[in-house]
Formats: sequence, C-alpha cells, structure tokens
Amino acid sequence: MSEESLGVQRRRLFWDRASEKLLYLLVISSGLIVLLIAATLYFRSRPVLQMQPLRSLLFSLDWHPSRGSFGFLPFIAGTLWVTCVAMALAIPVCLLTSIYIAEYAPKKFREWINPLIDILAGIPSVVYGIWGVLVIVPFIKEWLAPLFHVSSTGYCVLAGGMVLAVMVFPFIIHLSTEILKAVPQELRDASLALGATKWQTIKNVVMRRAMPGIVAAIVLGISRALGETIAVMMVVGNVARLPKSLFDPAYPLPALIANNYGEMMSIPLYDSALLFASFILLLVVLYFNVVSRMILSGSKWSSYYYG
Amino acid sequence: MESNAHIRVNNLNVFYGKDHALKDISVEIPNKKITVIIGPSGCGKTTLLKSFNRLLDPTDNVKVTGEVFVDGENIYDPNIEVTHIRKKMGLLSQKPYPLPMSIYDNIAYGPRLHGEKNKKKLDRIVEHFLKTASLWEEVKNKLSAPASRLSVGQQQRLCLARGLAVGPEIILGDEPTSALDPKSSQHIEKRFLELKQHYTIVIVTHILRQTKRLADYVLFLYMGRLIEHGPAQEVLENPKQEMTREYIQGIIS
Repeated sequence: MSEESLGVQRRRLFWDRASEKLLYLLVISSGLIVLLIAATLYFRSRPVLQMQPLRSLLFSLDWHPSRGSFGFLPFIAGTLWVTCVAMALAIPVCLLTSIYIAEYAPKKFREWINPLIDILAGIPSVVYGIWGVLVIVPFIKEWLAPLFHVSSTGYCVLAGGMVLAVMVFPFIIHLSTEILKAVPQELRDASLALGATKWQTIKNVVMRRAMPGIVAAIVLGISRALGETIAVMMVVGNVARLPKSLFDPAYPLPALIANNYGEMMSIPLYDSALLFASFILLLVVLYFNVVSRMILSGSKWSSYYYG
Repeated sequence: MESNAHIRVNNLNVFYGKDHALKDISVEIPNKKITVIIGPSGCGKTTLLKSFNRLLDPTDNVKVTGEVFVDGENIYDPNIEVTHIRKKMGLLSQKPYPLPMSIYDNIAYGPRLHGEKNKKKLDRIVEHFLKTASLWEEVKNKLSAPASRLSVGQQQRLCLARGLAVGPEIILGDEPTSALDPKSSQHIEKRFLELKQHYTIVIVTHILRQTKRLADYVLFLYMGRLIEHGPAQEVLENPKQEMTREYIQGIIS
C-alpha cells in the first residue's frame, strides 16, 4: 500500500469513529436539555419554597401575590378541570372514530380522512383559540348555559375543555388507529371463525388486545392537553378562583405563567412563584410521559396480553 | 343433483383485484374424512380453504363468484347470515392465535357468544374440549392464566379446543402444523385422526409426507385451478395428470 492511500485510509477511519461520537454527543445533549430545564426551574423556584411550606403552596386557595401568599390550588384545580373535561369529551369520540377508520372504513375513505385529521394537528393553537372565542364561547353563553338555567359569560371550564378536546383529537385518533391496525388479522379471523359478529370481535378481541396501546395514546393526549396554553387561555376566563361547575371560569397553570411572566416582576417572589408553577407543570407532564412509556413497553399489564 | 356432502363447491372463482386466484373450482368434500389440499405455494390453497367459511370477506378488493354450499345453503347468497355458517367450522391457522384472555375464557368465548351463560355448563364444556384436544392435563391447574403463556404447541391445541367448543361439523386447518416442532405436530396429527370419526376435516399443507399420513381424499391445485382430486391413494400413487405426478415427485414446487 502506498504512503498516500494509507493516509486516505487513516482519515476515513478517523471520521468513521468521530462521526459516531459526534452524533452520540448531540443525542446526549438534547436529552440533557430536559434535565437542564428542570434544574433551572427548581433552583429559581427555591425562594418561594423557602418562604412558604410546600403543602400550603399546593393546597392553599389564597392567591395574593402582593401580600406574599401564593396558593396554587385554584390553578392546579383549573388545569385538572379543563384537562378532565377535554379528555371526557375526546376519549369516546376518538376511540369510536379510530375503530371506524381501522376496522370498517374502505381504503378509499381512509386515504382522504387521514390527511384531513393530520391537518387538524397542524393548525396553530392560536387559531383554535379564536375559533373558540367566536364559536364555542357564544354557543355556551347563549345556548348551553340557559339550557341548564345558569348564567355564564361563556368563558369557562367547558369552553376550555371543548377547544382542548378538538386539539387532542388528531393525536389520539392517529395513535389508536395505528395501534388497532397492528392487531393481527388472524386474531380477528379466529374470533369470526367462532361465529362472532364483527362488533363482538372488535369489542372482545381487538380492543382488548389493543388496550395497553390505547391507554398509552390517551395518556399522551393528556400530557399534551396539560401543557396547551394559548388556545385555552383565550376561552377559559382566567379567574383565580376554584371553579365549582363547568360554567365557571378557571385559570389553568400554563395560562397563569403566560399571562404574568415578565409583567408583575416588581412584586417580591412573584417570579419565583411562576417558575414554581412551571416546575409543577413539567413534573406532571413528565409523570404522564413516563406512565405511557411504561404501559407501552411491556409492563406487567401488557405482558398479560402479549405474553 | 342430490348430495349430502357438508361442503360442495360449484364454479367458484375468486379475484383479488385483477389477480384471478381461483378458477372454476367445482368439487365435493367427502364427509367425515380428512381432505388434504396440496399444491405449490401461491396456488390458492389457503384461498380455497378460507372461501369455505367466508373468511375472505375482510380482505380488501376481493370478489367471489360461483357457489359454495354448506349443508345445502349457498353461503355466498347475499341474503345469508354469515355467523351461523362460520359456527359450523372450527379453524386452525398457520400460527396459533390465542385470544387475549385466559385459557378458560378462550374456550368459553365461542359458547358465550352463542348465548351460554350457565357457569357449570361452561366449566363442563371447557374441560371436555380441553380433554378432546389432549391439553387438559397440562393446563387444568392454571385455567385462569393468560393463554399467551402457553407454548406454541399447546396454543395450537388450545385453538383446536376453542374451535370444537362451538360444536362445528367441519374443521378447517391452514397448514396447522407449520409453526410447530415435530413433537407438537405429531400431537395435532393424532388429534385429526381421532377427530375424523365425528368431523369433516379439510387441511391445507405443503408437506407431502403429512399428506400421506393423514389424507383420505386429496385435492391438487395449481395456479388457481383444481388439477386433480380423488381418494388419497389414487392421487398420490397413481395420478392421472402429468402435473400432479411431477408435483408429487418434487419436479415442480
């Protein structure tokens, strides 16, 4: 081998090794960003944690930043309310939709409905917010609330939940359709061959087999719903009080942060309190992500189904 | 044309889109015998088998013409109710697919679909058919365990028991031993030989030796056509058609 080609050879091998290391570093650093964000939020929220015990931060209703009392319960409750309403509306609709797409729809229909649902995922969230203000809020104010004999401005938990439900549709529908399609046809055949109807087969066999995956899809939808900010903020009313009904306004955590960060920084500890709110949000979303991952990757429960 | 055959096929054609998978098949399947469908891969064996209980229905773009009579009823009549046809046939697929539930529920699934709610009766059904499939001794202490924990060989016997539990007259097997080890295959073959006293059995296989061990009657398919059919001995030892002879000697495959 000549001197020259030996050099080429050495360079080739160097880059081969180097590229792997480089890619590895990139992957690690994007993973580290999560930790970095969590650490920043934690350290910046320490002042408020030192001022007020954790229990009262999480469970007090008293939100008077100017008097130095930060009770996050109204915001935590607002987040939970809106998310629960959204999921209660979204889960049945999404499951039935994905069952239709995966099990009944002819190929042609599937080919044009799927891109349409994809577009739903691509609409910017502020557009959902405006749509909520223009359609959902008046609908609740003029029609739905009078139907239940309550007066409501329309800016309420229900409005937030409805807008949010539509926003998580594409994620849950898409994932659960894929999961249903992954159930082997032979399993359906086995049930049909025993004289089951199509619906019995879907209910007893397909859904059962797909359940861990569908739960994971729902959990993923929940974690998206928890963090959604703008659209919800535009329709939910943003009043720091504990909502007592669907027609009461609420003030979810992301809205609190987005509305106030950078605004009222002259109040002592306010900035720390908002970062604490972000920290709670991050932990909750992280928790749901871990849960869905555990369900998807062969926990005890899914081993029952997959063996 | 009077016939008491459970399955009678008349001018059956199956198309997958433009692909003409089965061409003018007309044949009668003899009762209470083992009929084996042989032929090279892709010749339509499985399609023919699946046409017997309308399991082609879920396939995209499939078109069926002609008639298949099961107990005198044309199952491709548009007015037919398909679940009672399927109930008449137990199906064994290439790989066992236990339902995502316990061993007990796998067997009880069929009878429950058809309205059996009595716990004692279900217990009896489960025990009886697990014994018929010679699986009872191995699983009687873990009936509530998930069926997916059984070995593949045990799963296939479970699927056999599951199929028998709805009281069929016919058993269809689509290469039912192809995923099994030799011992488990033997187990299944033995069951077939016992079961043919009471059931009409149709099996698809590409294993000639298995055909020789099991078959009373043989259908030979080639490129979607039924080339030859008749009693096993005649077809296997003294085929009338050149193509059958070549396939059996291993010249075409």
